[in-house]
Amino acid sequence: MAKFKKKNKASTTISVASLPDIVFMLLFFFMVTTVMREQDILVEQRLPQASQLQKLQKKTLISFLYIGEPRNTGLYGTEPRIQANDVLINPSDIVLWVNQEKDALSEAERDMITISLKVDREVKMGPISDVQYELREADARRILYASTQLLEN
Amino acid sequence: MASRMKKEAPEIPAGSMADIAFLLLIFFLVTTTIASDKGILNILPPKQDPNVPPPDIQVNERNIFNILVNANDQLLVEGEFRDNTEGLTEDIKAFILNFGAPNEAALGLYNSLPASLKAQAGRDPESSDHPMSGGAVVSIKTNRGTSYEMYLEVFDLVKKAYFEIYGERVGLTANEYRALTAENPGEAELIDRGKADIPMAISIAEPDKTGE
Repeated sequence: MAKFKKKNKASTTISVASLPDIVFMLLFFFMVTTVMREQDILVEQRLPQASQLQKLQKKTLISFLYIGEPRNTGLYGTEPRIQANDVLINPSDIVLWVNQEKDALSEAERDMITISLKVDREVKMGPISDVQYELREADARRILYASTQLLEN
Repeated sequence: MASRMKKEAPEIPAGSMADIAFLLLIFFLVTTTIASDKGILNILPPKQDPNVPPPDIQVNERNIFNILVNANDQLLVEGEFRDNTEGLTEDIKAFILNFGAPNEAALGLYNSLPASLKAQAGRDPESSDHPMSGGAVVSIKTNRGTSYEMYLEVFDLVKKAYFEIYGERVGLTANEYRALTAENPGEAELIDRGKADIPMAISIAEPDKTGE
C-alpha cells in the first residue's frame, strides 16, 4: 500500500522543458520555407483551380506576370491590368519587359524562359489573348497558367 | 566575499525563451507564403511573319475535335451544345484513340499500345484517322468574353485526356505520369515512352471579337 501512495505522490505536471525546442523546430521550418515578398501585388489574385498541374524544375527560368482587377480601383480603374515586377504596365510594354527578363538569364537559358501567368479567375479571355499575342511577339512562348490544385472528389 | 559572489553565479533565466521563440514563430507564420510555381504548361505557336502568309495546311474536318466556348461560358463540342464539361475527357480520349484510317506507321503504333488502350479504338471512319502528327488535333476556340476560369477548365481537361493516355501506356495513372521528372534517367525513359508518337496536338485559336 505504501508503495502505491508513493507513486501517486510523484509529480503529475508535464515537463515543459522541451517546449522551446519544439517551438524552435517550428520556427526554423517557417524561416526556411518563407519567401519574403519583395513586391506588392497590385491586382486581385484569386487563382483558378485545375487538376493537371506540372512543376517546373528550374525556378530561375520563371518570370511572373500578374493579371487582374486592380486592388486600388480608385486609382487604376476596374478593368483588368497587367503587373510586371512592381508596376502596372500596358500590353505594348510586355516585349520590353520580356527582353529585360531574358537579359538577366545566361545566354544558353534565354530560349527556355517561362512566363508564369498569375491570372485572377474573374478576368475574361480578351486581355489574356492580348498578353499571349505580345509574348509570341517577344518570342517567350513557354507559358505557365498558374493555378491551384483542384481537389478531386 | 569572494565565495558569496560565486554563489550568485549569473544565470540567464530560460523561462522566457519559449515566449521569444513563439514571437518569432508567429512572425514567420504570418509572413510566409509557400511559393507556388505550379501550373499548366502551354507552348504558344511561333509568331507570324506579316510578309509570309500562314501556311495553307489542309486538315480533314474529321481530324479536328472542335471545342467552342462562347461569352456565356457555354460549350459547343463537335457541333453539339453542352452547358458543362462533364464527360469531355472521355470524348477526347475516344477521339484521339479512334484510329479511323491509320496508315502503316499508325498501325505499328496501334499494335504497340496496351490492350486497355486498344479497346478504346472506336475505328469510326467519321472520327480521327490516327493520333500521330498529321492526325488528330484538339482545337479550342474561345470568345474575348469567355471567362479565363472556363478556358482553363477546358484546357485542363484536354491535357488530362492526353496525360491519361500517356500514363496508361506505361502503366501509370495520369497523376503519377505528371509527377515524373526528366532529371532521373529511368523516369525520363518512362516519359518518352508514354508520349512517343502521340504529340499533344492542342490548337488554341485566336478568340472571337464579338460579345466582349
